[in-house]
Amino acid sequence: MNLHEYQSKRLFAAHGVPIPRGEVASTPQEARAVAEELGVPVVVKAQVLVGGRGKAGGIRLAQTPEEAEQVAGEILGMEIKGLAVTKVLLDEAADIEQEIYLGVVVDRAVRRPVVMASSEGGVEIEEVARTSPEAIHKVSVDPFLGLRGYQTLTLAKGIGLSGAHFRAFDRIAHGLYQTFVDCDASLAEINPLVVTGPGSSRGGDGGLLAVDGKMALDDNALFRHPELAEMRDVDEETPAEREARQAGLSYVQLDGHVGCMVNGAGLAMATMDVIKHFGSAPANFLDIGGGAKAERVATALRLILADPGVEAVLFNVFGGITRCDEVARGILAAFEEVEPDVPLIARLVGTNEEEGRAILESSGYRLITAATLADAAQKAVAAAGDGSGRG
Amino acid sequence: MAILVDRDTRLLVQGITGREGEFHSRKMIEYGTAVVAGVTPGKGGQWACDGKVPVFDTVAEAVEATEANTSIVYVPARFAADAILEAASGGICLIVCITEGIPTLDMIRVRAYVDQQGGRLVGPNCPGLLSPGRAKVGIMPGHIATPGPVGVVSRSGTLTYEVVYALTARGMGQTTCVGIGGDPIIGTTFVDALEMFEADPLTEQVVLIGEIGGSDEERAARFIAERMVKPVTAFVAGRTAPPGKRMGHAGAIVQGGSGTAAEKIAAFEAVGVPVAEHPEQIPELVAQN
Repeated sequence: MNLHEYQSKRLFAAHGVPIPRGEVASTPQEARAVAEELGVPVVVKAQVLVGGRGKAGGIRLAQTPEEAEQVAGEILGMEIKGLAVTKVLLDEAADIEQEIYLGVVVDRAVRRPVVMASSEGGVEIEEVARTSPEAIHKVSVDPFLGLRGYQTLTLAKGIGLSGAHFRAFDRIAHGLYQTFVDCDASLAEINPLVVTGPGSSRGGDGGLLAVDGKMALDDNALFRHPELAEMRDVDEETPAEREARQAGLSYVQLDGHVGCMVNGAGLAMATMDVIKHFGSAPANFLDIGGGAKAERVATALRLILADPGVEAVLFNVFGGITRCDEVARGILAAFEEVEPDVPLIARLVGTNEEEGRAILESSGYRLITAATLADAAQKAVAAAGDGSGRG
Repeated sequence: MAILVDRDTRLLVQGITGREGEFHSRKMIEYGTAVVAGVTPGKGGQWACDGKVPVFDTVAEAVEATEANTSIVYVPARFAADAILEAASGGICLIVCITEGIPTLDMIRVRAYVDQQGGRLVGPNCPGLLSPGRAKVGIMPGHIATPGPVGVVSRSGTLTYEVVYALTARGMGQTTCVGIGGDPIIGTTFVDALEMFEADPLTEQVVLIGEIGGSDEERAARFIAERMVKPVTAFVAGRTAPPGKRMGHAGAIVQGGSGTAAEKIAAFEAVGVPVAEHPEQIPELVAQN
């Protein structure tokens, strides 16, 4: 789960990281009031959970409260990479002398949190990693010792920060790391962390200020952070993805024409790959999990068929502990609730596969059965046809 | 011989009185695994699985009474980290964690602690281990596997069953099937499993099933090139997965442009490891080795 800039920055601030004064607005009138309260100039920033807001025109400066109202009105109507902007953050504009990057992520290779800093702030860290990897300095944190002072000093020296900023940088790095740990984050990032110039009304803590921020949280840890779970922006997901999450299904919408219903995440990915291998493209990733109860199968089928791009549905179920005859009954029970209007290809393999196939074939539904995954994928690709959609 | 679990495995089941724990304990006993003890706090003194398995309150008591040497964890996610720590501090040398959904930061500390204790962890979020004809420690369906010379190691569950089933159908039996799990932080990695298979006299070749996310497959490719004599065949799931979206498993995500299937496939091919286009092609490639 991802957090908005304003949510991330408020969490950082609660851990002692200096951020610009600012407030969120959802209407142009509110934006004007906020600008009057803060004083001008202000930066008006679209709050959407995608990168590249600046390039899309979602971050603009306003010199007067009237201008803030007008600019907010324009940004609030925008769509950035398919996401509607429903909130803007108005921040006191900072006098920026230098932009740096500071972030914490989990490094899977060393199995520790790693704190990264770069003197090239303001651009995406992946971009820096590609173009000038030597500009990125990293320290990995022992989970039992936590982040230590000598480590933040190493980073500060590495990015060429002057001695006058060491203490402020140390405090900010510790604040960011603590936010990361306390919130069970998978990413906590300040980009840019700016060294402010003499024009700033508030120089931050010793001249450093977290101007932009971003966090991603570990979904598996949300059970112990109900206050963070409530911050979820449902606009981030498609309605289908939201329904799937609430039903406990793992679903990702894609833009192909073959709907997939599979038990197990790895097998679901492999099924998508095989569809692509035989010349079409998957319409979704969907893991129905173990058991394949009729109710879950029905929900999954409804989600798949709600996508107008879907022209065929492929069921690929490996019966291990789950028995294929049970799954076949689940599929038929789902048809009672959701009447499918596209060709259906079913491949059931493993425990009780003959019984499962027999149940499906004698059901009277127009079901195409297949013995192997390759066979099933080829039949699904043929059934999906030319990819013109159902409209 | 096989790797990790064999006829000398004496298994302790943590969470044996839960629905999953009890169901799979029966399956493991049916398969012939020596399930010697169960642990459920507050239910010490009872018997599970039709009176076959004594239940203890703590791991320490269970080990003391039964000399269990391996533990399997079925307890719910919010208690699972503690269960692994208890097993590691109770002197269990091999801990297999089936539970899905343990927070990543918990697993970082747990993995570091298990290492300090000198134990080995498999998982979490994995289907466990199966040495056909010898022992089953986990949830893999026993009847799809058969004894033979192929070692199987995988990040997935049902995809592993699919591949094992296809191998068995072609008469290619297995020494051990190892599910290492789909989480970002796991105990045993591909490299650990490959090292054990390389040293195992019964294993003649290995099938490795990877997926998007992280760089464990790339490290495996380097290990195969530098340290292995036995042939390896690979498959990598997720060629069609879009970046930034989690594909079910917590660890299956292309992040910041890295962890893609294309990079992993290229890493294997660069060291001469054949990579199957789809799972059913694996037995063909194995036959060519």
